Amino acid sequence: MLELSNISKAFNPGTINEKIALNGISLTLNDGDFVTVIGGNGAGKSTMLNAIAGVWKPDTGKVLIDGIDVTNMPEHKRAKFLGRVFQDPMMGTAADMEIEENMALAIRRGKIRGLGWGISKAEKEKFKEELKFLELGLEDRLTTKVGLLSGGQRQALTLLMATMKKPKVLLLDEHTAALDPKTAEKVLNLSDKIIREHNLTALMITHNMKDAIKYGNRLIMMHEGRIIFDVSGEEKKNLTISELLDMFSASSGTEFANDRTLLSNS
Amino acid sequence: MQMIINILNSMPGAVAQGLIWGIMAIGVYITYRILDIADLTVDGSICTGGAVCVMMMISGFDVTTSIIAAIIAGMLAGLVTGILHTFMGIPAILAGILTQLGLYSVNLKIMGKANQALNLKKYDLIVSLQYIRNVPFYKNTILIIAVFSLVLISILYWFFGTERGCSIRATGSNLNMSRAQGINTNFNTVLGLMLSNGIVALSGALLAQYQGFSEVQMGRGAIVIGLAAVIIGKALFGKLFKNFYLQLLGVSLGGVVYYIVYQTVICLGLDPDLLKLLSSVVVAIFLAVPYWKKKYFSKPIKGGAANARTV
Repeated sequence: MLELSNISKAFNPGTINEKIALNGISLTLNDGDFVTVIGGNGAGKSTMLNAIAGVWKPDTGKVLIDGIDVTNMPEHKRAKFLGRVFQDPMMGTAADMEIEENMALAIRRGKIRGLGWGISKAEKEKFKEELKFLELGLEDRLTTKVGLLSGGQRQALTLLMATMKKPKVLLLDEHTAALDPKTAEKVLNLSDKIIREHNLTALMITHNMKDAIKYGNRLIMMHEGRIIFDVSGEEKKNLTISELLDMFSASSGTEFANDRTLLSNS
Repeated sequence: MQMIINILNSMPGAVAQGLIWGIMAIGVYITYRILDIADLTVDGSICTGGAVCVMMMISGFDVTTSIIAAIIAGMLAGLVTGILHTFMGIPAILAGILTQLGLYSVNLKIMGKANQALNLKKYDLIVSLQYIRNVPFYKNTILIIAVFSLVLISILYWFFGTERGCSIRATGSNLNMSRAQGINTNFNTVLGLMLSNGIVALSGALLAQYQGFSEVQMGRGAIVIGLAAVIIGKALFGKLFKNFYLQLLGVSLGGVVYYIVYQTVICLGLDPDLLKLLSSVVVAIFLAVPYWKKKYFSKPIKGGAANARTV
């Protein structure tokens, strides 16, 4: 479904600020894989997701989605294969536009946008149904400007927009990190529900080790631009946080350096 | 008493001129409010519109063809700014300034000299300052420009409701989201700039006919007048006009209010040399008001800290 082979990316190459963000990453996701990604600050987690999304071109390597080489495909073109939810709740929706307009934009992902009406009556009904699924009462606020919604509501809407048109791969980039714990859990449960119901292939970055173990069928850990650890199935199910931390120090030779992760592993 | 009569006498002209600049302000609205770009190309492209229209008519083309040619010329100016901005990575404001400066030469070359007159007696113009009084109502310039404005607003209302139009609005609202939803933001930015400058050139073509000439300086400070109309429209009619159609109508009326005030202060004896200074000061203050409101007058929300993190 998704195949990364030998992806490298350096930022500010040749300067004093050079940072090798990805160092020859290879990863293959099978159909229906729900992979959680964990790692310290600057491990390259977001950089990897951006490489898949096409925010920039990698220095080396190839990205294949569903067997199609998208390495040189611009971001907006490969969007038709992807659903994305960002860390910043403001980033995934257009604040100046109504809820239904945002959804109408999302459902046309990958389509040529012509001079047909931007949103149809049948779609409005469909959106209402979809919004009910969120259980946030948004189904009665179709014409509300998205800018008036809370961060949690916006993130839930972004999630819906990312998955309404079934993506080949769903990319969740710490999408609950900016939310308060209660809302974060709600959005996370929702993500899990959507991924399972639609049998989606997903990559989810999280800073919470407990969530990384609880959700998905596979877990990868990153460090200094490499994948140092990749478990799935029963082995992943039975992991504990202390085992994860031990594995981290064993494979990286350092302590796990992400305060947020350590503070939130209760 | 004489002064009041003077003011009243100048009103129809002010309304006509205000409506023409209102069309220009609708163009500015597209870039400034929808695309979130302050596009300075308009200072040049309004004159390009006027120059192309006048020269086409002088060369014997009819008025419709000339106006269409003016619109196309304006769109090309927008295309240049769009390419400078998206393909060449130049910040939007600078891209607009570069095009505007280049257009000064282009406009001189189009006209062959700094100004070109268009004699009403020789050409069949659709608007003119002489068509304001003592003409059958269907030839009245105010009516014709009002119809022009309403047709334009209707077309834009339709366009920004289409799939493509919605994607342009999304581009202006959130670039990241747009790209993630498969929208070619660069293409849309260029398209928006072309649309905007085409409209601005249309207003230039009408303005040149109205005043009976085009001249290379006619666009100086146009962006400020356009912004003033957008701001006045929002300030006066914003509470009333929520829907997109009415918002555009508000911009058009903003242009009219601007020219009514403009004529009034001239009739009251203000030195015309000071008018541009006055315009820029007024626009600067109006642009600052929302910022000041936010910074100094925002009331703390009840229990703000406690509620800050809840859904």
